[in-house]
Amino acid sequence: MSSKTVMKLMVGFYVFLFFAYLFGPLLMMGASAFNVSSFPQVAPWEGFTFQWFGALVDNSAMVEGIVNSLWIGLGVICLSVPISLAAALMMTQIYQRLQPIYYVIVVSPVLMPGVILGISTLVFWDKLGVLANAEYESIFYNGMFLTVVGQSTFISAYCMLIFLARLQRFDRTQEEAALDLGATHTQVFWKILIPFLRPAVFSAAVLAFLTSFENYNTTVFTIQAESTLTTVLSGQIRLGTKPDVSALAVIIIAITLVGASVHEVLRRREMAREEAAREAAKRAEAAADLALTAKPIAAA
Amino acid sequence: MSEFIGIFLAVLLAILIAPHAQKHADRIWAAVTRINFVQRNGVFISTYLIVAVVTWTVVMIILPQLYMVDFSFRFNLLPADIGGPKDTYTLEQYRYLLFGRAGDEDAMNWLHLQVFGRTILVSVLVTLFDFAICYPIAYYMAQVAKGGQARLLVLCLILPFWVNEILRAFAFKILFGTGGVTNVVLIWLGILDEPFDFLKADVGLYAGLSYAYILLMIFPLFNAIESLDHNQVEAARDLGAPWWRIHFRVVMPHAKPGIASGCTMVFMLCAGALAAPQILGGPSSLWFTQIIYQWFNTGGNWPRGSAYAFVLLLVCIVFVMAVMRIFKVRFGEIAK
Repeated sequence: MSSKTVMKLMVGFYVFLFFAYLFGPLLMMGASAFNVSSFPQVAPWEGFTFQWFGALVDNSAMVEGIVNSLWIGLGVICLSVPISLAAALMMTQIYQRLQPIYYVIVVSPVLMPGVILGISTLVFWDKLGVLANAEYESIFYNGMFLTVVGQSTFISAYCMLIFLARLQRFDRTQEEAALDLGATHTQVFWKILIPFLRPAVFSAAVLAFLTSFENYNTTVFTIQAESTLTTVLSGQIRLGTKPDVSALAVIIIAITLVGASVHEVLRRREMAREEAAREAAKRAEAAADLALTAKPIAAA
Repeated sequence: MSEFIGIFLAVLLAILIAPHAQKHADRIWAAVTRINFVQRNGVFISTYLIVAVVTWTVVMIILPQLYMVDFSFRFNLLPADIGGPKDTYTLEQYRYLLFGRAGDEDAMNWLHLQVFGRTILVSVLVTLFDFAICYPIAYYMAQVAKGGQARLLVLCLILPFWVNEILRAFAFKILFGTGGVTNVVLIWLGILDEPFDFLKADVGLYAGLSYAYILLMIFPLFNAIESLDHNQVEAARDLGAPWWRIHFRVVMPHAKPGIASGCTMVFMLCAGALAAPQILGGPSSLWFTQIIYQWFNTGGNWPRGSAYAFVLLLVCIVFVMAVMRIFKVRFGEIAK
C-alpha cells in the first residue's frame, strides 16, 4: 500500500468519525423514541412502540408551548423583516463617516450573548412600564410581547446580513431609469426594489421564524409567566423525562429533512433558471454583435 | 399628578407651536423635501427607513443595554422605594461577586468566582477543541472534495443544527446517562465494570458544548479556506514544503479572518450558553449564566443579575478585542 492510499484511508476515517459524532447522538435520541422503556434510552431494548408519539399530544404543556412559539415566530417575522430591510437600505445611504459606527451597532446583537439581550430587554421594558405607570396586564409586562422584541433585536441583524448580500447585486441604474421615466420614489420602491429583493425577503422570513422557534437563551428571561416550546422542553428534561421528548425530536428531524430536501430542489431549479437566463443573454449579445458587424459590411 | 402636568404641558406646547407651524408649513415642507436623503427616497420611504432604523438601534439595542448597565449599579429595592431617597448608585452588586455577603467567613466569594473562572476556562478549551477538530474537515471540504461531494457534506453538516439546542443537549443526556449507550458499550468492551456517571463528571457537558457550536466554527473556516487558490498549495508542495508547513505558512495565514470569526463565535456562544449546562451539568457544576438566571428567578435580585450579566458582557468584549488584536483583523471581518 502506497503512502498516498494510507493517507486517503486516514482522511476518510476521520471524516467518518466526525460525522459519526455529528449524527450519533441524534440517532440514539431518535431510536429511544421507539423504545417501550419509559425512560428515554436505547439499551436495554424493550420492544418497538409508537406510544410516545401519542403521549406527545396529551402533553398539554408542550402543546401550549408549541402554539406560543408559533405566534412568537410570526411576531418576530412581522417585526424583524421590515426593520432589517430598512437597516440594510440605510447602510448604503448613511454618511460615510458614520458607517463604521452604524455597522458595529447593528451587528453587535449577533455577537452579544443571548442571555444579555434577554435581560436588557426585560429590565428596560420593566422600567418603561414603571415610568408609564402601566397595569400589570399591560404590554410592558407581557411575556409574549417582550419575547418578540428581545428575539427581534438579534434576529433583525441576521436578516439584515441577508438583505445586504442581495443588495450588493442590485443595479442602481434600474432605479434611476424608472425615476427618469417619471416614477415616484414610492413606486420605485414597490415596483423595482421589492421585487428584486423578494427572494431575500422570503429567506429572511424563514430564517427569522426558525431562529425564533428554537431560541432559548433570550426567551427564558423575557417570557416570564408564559411558556414556549423551548422553555417547556428544558423544564421537562431537567425534571427527568419520558421518551415523548424523543418523539418530538423525531418529528422535528423529519420536518427538517423534508424542508432541507425541498430547499435543495428549489435551489437547483433556480440555479438552472439563472443559467438559462445567462445563456439567453449571451446569445442575444452575440446576435447584437453580429448585427453590428454585419451593418458596415452591408453598407459597403 | 405628574401625568396631568405632562399632558397640560403637551397641550400648551401644541397650542403655542401649531399656528406658527401652520404659517410656515410650506416652508418647513420645502426644507424637508430638500434634504438629500428625502429627495433620494421620497417622503414615505424616508419616514419608514428612519422610524424602523431608530426603533431598532435606539429602542431595541442601545437604550436597553445602557439601562441594564445603569440598573446594575443600583440597590435591589421594592417597587415603592424606586425613585425615592434610597434609590442611589452603588457598587454593592459588583462587590458581592468579588467578596460575597458581608460577614461571611471567607474573604472572597469563592463559589461564584470559581464558577466564573471555570466558565471562561472551559469556553476557551472548547473553542480550541472545536478548532482542532473542524479545521481538517473544513480544509477537506474546501480544497479536496469535488463539487457534488462538497455540497452533500455541507448539507450533512447543516442538518443536525436545525434540531434545537435543547434537544441536542437532551441527546447527549441519553448518550451519557448511567443507562446510556456509552456506558453499555464500555462495559461490553470490558473497559468499565459498572456504569460511570459521565454527567456528574461533566464529561457530558463538555462534549455537548463542543458539539453545539461546531457549525459556527466550520463555516467561517470553510468560507475562508475555499477562497484560497489551490495552486498556492501545489506551489508550496512543489517547492518541497512538508504538509504541516503548508498549513502553517500558506493555508492558515490566508484563513485568518475565518479562524478569528469562528473562534469568537464559539467562545461567545459557549460562555453565554444556558441550556446545555442546565440540562447536562452535574448537580454540583454551575455555569456563570446559571447564576445570572438564578438571580432573576429564585434569587429575585435583578440588579445583581444585571451586574453579573454585565461582567459576562465585558469578558466577551475583551475576548473580541483580543482576537482582533492577535489576528490583526477588523470587526467587520469577524461579524460576517
